[in-house]
Amino acid sequence: MSALVAIIGRDLKLATRTGGDALTLVLFFVMAAAIMPFAIGPDRVLLAKLSPAIIWIAAFLSILLGLDRLFRADEDDGTLLLLHHAAIPLELVVAGKVLAHWLLTALPLLIASPLLAVLLSMDASLWAKTVLALLLGTPALTAFGVIGAAVTVSLKRGGLLAPVLILPLCIPVLIFGVALVAAPEGSSAALLFLSALSLVSVAFCPFAAALALRVGSE
Amino acid sequence: MNGPKPLLTVENLALSRGGRRLFEAIEFGLAPGQLLLLRGPNGAGKSSLLLALAGILRPDSGTIDWYAIEPPKLHLIGHQPGVKARLTLTENLAFWRAVNGPDGASPEAALEAVGLGGLGGLDSGYLSAGQTKRLALARLLVTDRKIWLLDEPAASLDAEGDALVANLIAGRLSTGGAVIAATHDNIAGATQTLLLGPTP
Repeated sequence: MSALVAIIGRDLKLATRTGGDALTLVLFFVMAAAIMPFAIGPDRVLLAKLSPAIIWIAAFLSILLGLDRLFRADEDDGTLLLLHHAAIPLELVVAGKVLAHWLLTALPLLIASPLLAVLLSMDASLWAKTVLALLLGTPALTAFGVIGAAVTVSLKRGGLLAPVLILPLCIPVLIFGVALVAAPEGSSAALLFLSALSLVSVAFCPFAAALALRVGSE
Repeated sequence: MNGPKPLLTVENLALSRGGRRLFEAIEFGLAPGQLLLLRGPNGAGKSSLLLALAGILRPDSGTIDWYAIEPPKLHLIGHQPGVKARLTLTENLAFWRAVNGPDGASPEAALEAVGLGGLGGLDSGYLSAGQTKRLALARLLVTDRKIWLLDEPAASLDAEGDALVANLIAGRLSTGGAVIAATHDNIAGATQTLLLGPTP
């Protein structure tokens, strides 16, 4: 357990000391969503209607932006190779990194979402549903991202390839994420699907990513 | 014949990388207290053999038998130090101690042992190449593991550092461990030498 805590703690510590990574993602998230009104026009009703989809796409792009650094630094300085012989299995190492990555990329987006709600003319209940959808859906986006990063870490230009690989996997998350926000009161189908997607992908991700890392190190 | 029980037996090992056969028909055994030196020119496969022994590379054929330590929990010192520049020396060692197991020396004692005492609070990015190597070697001490696989352990080190490596290895051997080192240098106490060369 202390090994898992050490991995999460180290990634959080490194992110805060490297300076600005989390802040850059949040800025990207806000700016990606904020430019939409310029493209769509000043129709507040239309903006409010489209706002859940805009926020989801901005969140998705922000999570993609942070993917390359996930295993790359550990690969470059030899840490990844040494983690093969940690006291805990590589799968647990990956699980720790998934959690740290979610805390560093998705959580700041949730915290920044009220700002977007104001920019996109969302009312309080629409914003609350969007936050709930992001809370349930971003673990799946993170899990797919971690798998993509693990598959491509041994490739020199893998940073560009990972988003292309995981994009198709993320489409159901976007569909059910936006559907959850648009769903009428009392309807729980989208919520259940989104939760199931996150649960299954997070459970599956450490095994798939660890396998990819093992194959990549050969 | 009643020798010490072997820790490792390698039989008929062959390994290729990038379609090129690095070595074949490699055979050796390793018992507690033994130091095996891997020698040979650049590209002969010394580092690859260490990675195969560590279970990271899959050999083409042959067997690697780690008696009673499967999966082998061992220390590997490779070309890259596994050091985070943004963490202090103590934080780097504390991380590896937590991840590998806290049954060795404290980070402070390990730093003292490798000649980096008093620098524990410094960011590792400020270390020289030789000091970074010493920090990587300190990782050997914070978790107690019987087997050490060392790839060029004295690279970047000064004469005092060479002696440090010899002392660390001697200490490991004297407590029943075993060491395999790929090196171009001589290390005192070697019980076996395996010469790798280009396969025709």
